[in-house]
Amino acid sequence: MKLLLKIWRQKNAEDKGGIVEYPVDNVSPDMSFLEMLDVLNQDLIEKGEEPVAFDHDCREGICGTCSLYINGRAHGPDTRITVCQLHMRSFNDGDTIYIEPWRAEAFPVIKDLVVDRSAFDRIQQAGGFISVNTSGNTQDANAIPIEKENADKAFDAATCIGCGACVATCKNSSAMLFVSAKVSQFALLPQGQVEAHDRVLNMVKQMDEEGFGNCTNTGACEVECPKGISLENIARMNREFIAASIKG
Amino acid sequence: MAGMFNSSVGRKFAMALSAFFLMLFLVMHVSINFTSVFSADLFNEMSHFMGTNPVVQGLMQPILIFGVVFHFVMGFILEAKNKSARGVSYAKNVAKDNSTWMSRNMLLSGVVILAFLGLHFYDFWVHEMTIKYVEGDMSGLINPDNAESGFRYYEELREKFVSPVRVGIYIVAFVLLALHLLHGFNSAFQSVGANNKYTKALTGFSKVYSIGIPALFIFIALFHHFTH
Repeated sequence: MKLLLKIWRQKNAEDKGGIVEYPVDNVSPDMSFLEMLDVLNQDLIEKGEEPVAFDHDCREGICGTCSLYINGRAHGPDTRITVCQLHMRSFNDGDTIYIEPWRAEAFPVIKDLVVDRSAFDRIQQAGGFISVNTSGNTQDANAIPIEKENADKAFDAATCIGCGACVATCKNSSAMLFVSAKVSQFALLPQGQVEAHDRVLNMVKQMDEEGFGNCTNTGACEVECPKGISLENIARMNREFIAASIKG
Repeated sequence: MAGMFNSSVGRKFAMALSAFFLMLFLVMHVSINFTSVFSADLFNEMSHFMGTNPVVQGLMQPILIFGVVFHFVMGFILEAKNKSARGVSYAKNVAKDNSTWMSRNMLLSGVVILAFLGLHFYDFWVHEMTIKYVEGDMSGLINPDNAESGFRYYEELREKFVSPVRVGIYIVAFVLLALHLLHGFNSAFQSVGANNKYTKALTGFSKVYSIGIPALFIFIALFHHFTH
């Protein structure tokens, strides 16, 4: 396959950055998208040019590290996958492919296609946990009966890998889907009930302080989420937040 | 609780509450307007009651104006915050693949509706306020000196819809209102945390409401335009 890549290049956080074109040849349809970028980088290194910086780690769709906006879609044209699971057979010979970093003020570009997603870490640290006594007297979690429906919903919410595709695709750069998934995975379980009110208030407060936008319920985040996190979680977080605010 | 409305979730909650209020008001408004299609007398009686009742005028009208202003001001505040959350736009973005046009353009449809409300207020509200509270004529009669002249509301309504330009503006505005409601109705429920087993049924109802109410307003305007 012959492709024209239009890649966002930015030397550092202060650099203005811009799109640079890279024609590539001999791309195998069986390559993964990241392998295609690896080959491009090998060529750039051999030519003495700076390789394109991009995030990647497990390359199995579970770590949430890869984060590219490809041809106007978070994680590319396919659904329910991360970039590392995207293969070049999803494109056609002769295609022009735009490759950009996640765009959000809360996710500043560090270099090229790499963004700083530590805002998510700070939101998690604000309340995305349960406080458990680890003295050895902790009750076995499996001894607590949990309604099957709630257990399933909590598990579904917990599959969020925190990649940030929801923020990247939302026209408001809202982080509501991510935060709501983290709130829901605990709110649905008895272990999470003790700190439920503080959790939702603190996580929403941190989310706002990080500069993410408001949710306008377009549903784009749910469509682009590689794990299919449901908008139901946002509604649940709204309920939790309103109830916690009223109770004070 | 006071801090709730300083948060993104709280502001959306407040936005949704004002939306519910305005959606209920639309039902009342179209119900009264629709009486003009089949009974001039009933329309006149209801208009006179709404225009002179102290509870409606002194309590409900200020609440309505507050609701309208709040909804628009909050909409602009939320939009400003949302714009500032993304400083650099994508070189290529195909939002149509993951969201509806209505959901992405609530501000656009809202601004058109706001512009229409300006015309609507000029046409009816300012006119009414001038007659009642500036000229001091609370009679509602065509000729205040002649009790037999009858109420003026029905005739004034029909007079407004003679102009095809005004009718055209009404149609455009109510089409935009339908698009605004097609997203806004369900969005308001989501913002207050209502997304459950009833959501599917609610989505069906929201389509009937969002298309039905504006369609009735358009029908009323066309009815009076073509039967005048």
